[in-house]
Amino acid sequence: MVQYFTRSLLGLLFVIFVVSVITFFLMHQIPGGPFAREKKLPQTILDNLNAKYNLDDPVWKQYVDYMSDLLIPTITTGEKKFSVIDDYLINIKLPFGDETTIRWMNFGPSYTDRTRSVNGIIGTHLPVSFRLGLASMLVAMVIGIPLGTIAALRKNSVADYFSMSVAILGVSIPAIVLGPLLQYVVGVELGWLPTSGWGSFEQLIMPAVSLGFAQSALLARLTRASLLQVLNEDYIRTARAKGLRSGQVVIVHAMKNAMIPVVTVLGPLFAALLTGTFVTERVFGLPGLGQYFIISINQRDYATIMGTTLIFAFFIVVANFIVDLTYVWLDPRIRFD
Amino acid sequence: MTAETTERAAEARPEAVRLGRELERSRGPWGDAARRLIRHRAALVGLTVILAFVLVAVFAPYLTNYTYEKQNYTAVSTAPDWVIDLFPKMKPVGEDMGYVRVNNDYLLGTDGLGRDLWTRIIFGARISLAVAFVGPLTSLLVGTIYGMVSGYVGGRVDNFMMRLVDVMYAFPTLLLVILMMVFFRSSFTQSEVGSLAYRLNKIDAAFGGMLFIFIGIGITSWMDTARLARGQVLSLREKEFIEAARSIGVRDTAIIFRHVLPNILGPVVVRESLAIPRYISFEAFLSFIGLGVNPPTPSWGSMISEGAQAIKSYPNQAIFPALALFFMMFAFNFLGDGLRDALDPRASEANK
Repeated sequence: MVQYFTRSLLGLLFVIFVVSVITFFLMHQIPGGPFAREKKLPQTILDNLNAKYNLDDPVWKQYVDYMSDLLIPTITTGEKKFSVIDDYLINIKLPFGDETTIRWMNFGPSYTDRTRSVNGIIGTHLPVSFRLGLASMLVAMVIGIPLGTIAALRKNSVADYFSMSVAILGVSIPAIVLGPLLQYVVGVELGWLPTSGWGSFEQLIMPAVSLGFAQSALLARLTRASLLQVLNEDYIRTARAKGLRSGQVVIVHAMKNAMIPVVTVLGPLFAALLTGTFVTERVFGLPGLGQYFIISINQRDYATIMGTTLIFAFFIVVANFIVDLTYVWLDPRIRFD
Repeated sequence: MTAETTERAAEARPEAVRLGRELERSRGPWGDAARRLIRHRAALVGLTVILAFVLVAVFAPYLTNYTYEKQNYTAVSTAPDWVIDLFPKMKPVGEDMGYVRVNNDYLLGTDGLGRDLWTRIIFGARISLAVAFVGPLTSLLVGTIYGMVSGYVGGRVDNFMMRLVDVMYAFPTLLLVILMMVFFRSSFTQSEVGSLAYRLNKIDAAFGGMLFIFIGIGITSWMDTARLARGQVLSLREKEFIEAARSIGVRDTAIIFRHVLPNILGPVVVRESLAIPRYISFEAFLSFIGLGVNPPTPSWGSMISEGAQAIKSYPNQAIFPALALFFMMFAFNFLGDGLRDALDPRASEANK
């Protein structure tokens, strides 16, 4: 079991490594650079800028430099002034010495926004995307799983047909459609919720629903199919036969096994939500990291592209890893080989 | 034998005759599937809507007096009367606080650049439909072959190929696809005349930027199909008819394509048809973030993106393309469900 987890963990690191390599070399292949303008800069200025950010080094050397800045922790002593060049994500203060601190994960300065470090950009905008992602996942599960359960328990009833109609509606209505629709109907026409902006709970509702609804449909279908299959198993009949209340049978005996396929899709679902955040953030004008990812690509802001890509990749990979763990916990039959 | 049984037998006869005729009429598995599909009401509705979309897309130039790229600077963000009535918060010029210029020449109004919305929507159907048909083909081609080879060869090769699929699953493909789209779009336009990149770019430009979208779909979607195909092959590989074919010396490629492929096609096609809405929304997504079709080629995704910026003042610019996208995805979902019931009765029983 320990071996299994070590291997998953190594696989996780490997994926992130491959992502970093592909991203780094691909983005340097894209024509244009962070300092390419409509009106060309004088060659000397361009040379100086390139030298300042080490863009005149060979790409592999830039990669090695970047990764070592990122991965090798440094220890500093004394008061540290903020600077965009060495802004670290993780700062652990040690209990001894004079302000001795271990600093780790320096994403470097943004090339186009001279006053910010990539770390600062991530720090301000990631929480927005993260909260949106979590809220929509919650929406998806709170709508999807009960709907699917009711449909399975009352098979071929009105409730079943209703839930499955909602489900087919849900998979046909992506965030790109539901976002503007909700924004117009609920925001503009009815005026119940603010159409854009970020900060209050009201401003979170519409983005989370427009993002989570499609996924809830998926979960509802899956829950229904999986629960129906489980309810036909012998051990469910046994549980009923020994006189357990049907609520107990469903919740204790059936649900745990029925949730296995549902849990496995939560990983891909999280990735799908990420796609959605790019759209939803734009529709509702949210200051999230997804927007920044796309802007930084268009501006060839190399450091920001790398930083945002690695952060997103990290979350996707970790989500998959957690799914793996949950899977093992739910289904002890899974072998660790 | 009593008279009663004879009577009952006579009563049962018409029924038996009818069943016999039905059997005679059955035209093999595909004929059965076609009949099940037609009997499936939702699928029929889906099919009808899709056919309507196809007709509109094919005859788009005859359904409008305008072209999708022509900008009319005297008619920027106009709306006809019925649209203004439809959206209560839109106020025409002349009313108190009115701002929408009325122009009844355009069926659904015009966008922020003075282009006819109706024309752009019906031409946008071409893009979505092209994705709906070519998307599954790319995924089928790559995924099925990959999965069949993996499953049929087995052993170490299978192990390695499936590990690769696992890695691809954990991979944040979308991030890389976005990066690759930018790469394709900008580097290939500057490539030398006559090089492969140059030719690819020419093809892409000829299709309004569709080629790179298909490549993107191909990269992100083949893994599901590969897994399914492999699973199917594994269960088939040990069956008697495959063994028989092998024992009389049929070559491996012939076994794969002649004997295995027809048997796994049903579930694979079902899976692909259920994935079509995903491909459509993938294209809309790429166009929405500005990496899809080349402007001014109209795509519903880019129209929604442009319209969403002005949704408070001109809801028609975003809502109409959004509805078009919704109806098309709805129709393909209906059809996909029907196809599943028709081609893969076992899967649909599990779902009932």
